[in-house]
Amino acid sequence: MRKGEIVTAGVLALFSIYLMWKSTELPVGYVAGRGPGGGAWPFWLSAIMLLCCGMIAWNWWRRTSPPSQSDEPFLDGYGWRMVGFVGGGVIAFVALVEVISMYGAIAVFLFYYLRFLGRHSWGLSLGISLVTPILFFFFFEGAMQITMPTGLPFTDPVFDILYEIIY
Amino acid sequence: MEILSLLGDGMLLALQPLNLMLIIVGVTIGLFIGAMPGLGSVNGVAILLPITFLVPPSGAIIFLAAIYYGAMYGGAISSITLGIPGASTAVATTFDGRPLARQGRASLALVTAAVASFIGGTVANVFFTAFAPLLASVALSFGPPEIFALMLLAFATFVGLGGDDIPKTVFSICFGLVLGAIGFDQISGAPRLVLFDINGFLQGIGFLVLAIGVYGIGEMLWTIEQSRGEVESETPRMTVKGMAADASESMRRGWKGTAIGSVLGFFVGILPAAGATPASLMSYGVAKMLSRNPKDYGRGTPDGVAAPEAANNSASTGSMLPMLTLGIPGSPTTAILLGGMVIWGLVPGPMLFVNETEFVWGLIGSFYISNVAAVLINLAFIPVFIWMLRMPFTILAPMIFVLSIAGGYAATRDMFDIWLIVIFGLGAFVLRRFDYPLAPAVLAIVLGPIAEPTLRQSLLLSSGDPSIFFTRPVAGPITVVALILIFLPALKLLRRGKRA
Repeated sequence: MRKGEIVTAGVLALFSIYLMWKSTELPVGYVAGRGPGGGAWPFWLSAIMLLCCGMIAWNWWRRTSPPSQSDEPFLDGYGWRMVGFVGGGVIAFVALVEVISMYGAIAVFLFYYLRFLGRHSWGLSLGISLVTPILFFFFFEGAMQITMPTGLPFTDPVFDILYEIIY
Repeated sequence: MEILSLLGDGMLLALQPLNLMLIIVGVTIGLFIGAMPGLGSVNGVAILLPITFLVPPSGAIIFLAAIYYGAMYGGAISSITLGIPGASTAVATTFDGRPLARQGRASLALVTAAVASFIGGTVANVFFTAFAPLLASVALSFGPPEIFALMLLAFATFVGLGGDDIPKTVFSICFGLVLGAIGFDQISGAPRLVLFDINGFLQGIGFLVLAIGVYGIGEMLWTIEQSRGEVESETPRMTVKGMAADASESMRRGWKGTAIGSVLGFFVGILPAAGATPASLMSYGVAKMLSRNPKDYGRGTPDGVAAPEAANNSASTGSMLPMLTLGIPGSPTTAILLGGMVIWGLVPGPMLFVNETEFVWGLIGSFYISNVAAVLINLAFIPVFIWMLRMPFTILAPMIFVLSIAGGYAATRDMFDIWLIVIFGLGAFVLRRFDYPLAPAVLAIVLGPIAEPTLRQSLLLSSGDPSIFFTRPVAGPITVVALILIFLPALKLLRRGKRA
């Protein structure tokens, strides 16, 4: 954790510098007759962020913050596996939205999580993963009139049937 | 006496069978729309606006106001049960509502939210009835320096929210404010902070994108990692007796937050450009500052649920005041309500109270009736929301991920924002490991777009002289109090360091 604390502060400091540099694309000082320039607000806030990173590094050096005193690893084996399986599952879910539609991605993600991570029975996993997207479809598309991504054209026949029910 | 007579007539109008039915249906729809992450009162009011042409104008506005009320009650439900604030007005409710739910006290949190919302709404209705024209003129006297001073006061309360690590808290506030500045410069219209030249950033980063990322994805990853995947929350079965005991406990342990939220919420709510979000978080901050046990905040105290819930309901009534009396909408929802009134041939403004007495007092009467209907319907549905929590965590967790992604898309309609939600979620998980408080960033992204233009307009008014924030009679005291609150924790830490 101690190493992670200073690495995180360093990354955030670099990001703050990037934001300061990016802010200077607009005036960062006072423009006569027009008030503070458009870049002033983000520039000075990023400067404060950079200053805070310096203070975090100072506290790390003095070992005053809890993470700077800790010798624990950032994540243990379980933690890395969890981030891989759950976080990776969420990333795959979002990536699938534009391929097999929002509803298709919901079904696949729910089935993956319930069956393989939650270790629920096949019946329960399949039941929830099929019923939930259908309920979501009628709520979002029917009741709220919000169109969700329908994915690539091969999903069209399914949506044609569903839209016919609504409209 | 005349006011009471007019209010009585208004209530009778609101109690007519058609209007009463519209109130019940509107509150129920609003409750469920508000409970859905990503959807809020603005969606409900906008979608159902065309339906209102089927009924007389007084019934139409009563219906829309009932949806608005219901959604304000509903916002707390996803904050407490799922830990995802469905709307910016319910962010502060998450801080103590979610910990209470995880301790098996979800029913106490939900009942506290309902009771505080009811009291907040009732107090606001009384203020509204008695002082509407007077308060409208006070609200109008708030110019950019006063609004900025108020925002500064809100930021000052954030410093207290983040715990003892002040550099990390200040970093979080500034990070949220910078995220809120991405997109276009509101004054010159020039593109600003288009990060890595990715065009998706041109549309800016909405509050919900950060909030769903932090609370929906990041918080869930954190919970799964910390609990080693075996989350067990004690969720007792709900009984009428149990709910009565919760109501009594919420009154006993949440009265202070309710009182602060009800009064402060209304006065912040009536200010144009402020509204229910600053009201709820300021009330939370003030309640924490005035508490004898401020350390209990964030760990699950009923006062921490009552203050923001009373405030957001009170403020939502308050925001109707400038809309009706001055024609200035205080929130996106009231802007749609205003649009509806214009379509129905009503002209908001001071003359509305003279020319359309029946309409105005019917609406005010419906506020009272809607408030009663909302609390009763909300309480009736609490067992359903509690039942949701009884699901095994391995079913609830993927549902929350799905709601976060689908709700996020429903709110923004952009896949770029969905990827940002995932990135913010993973980033929040990492930052939380290193004790960075993230609530201040979420709140700052909401208030940044209000604070920046008012700061720039104020400095333009004073030709760059910052003393404008100290010399004006209203802005001056607020700025001084805000600065004291900002520097107080730093002074305390310095003193503690010296003693050590």
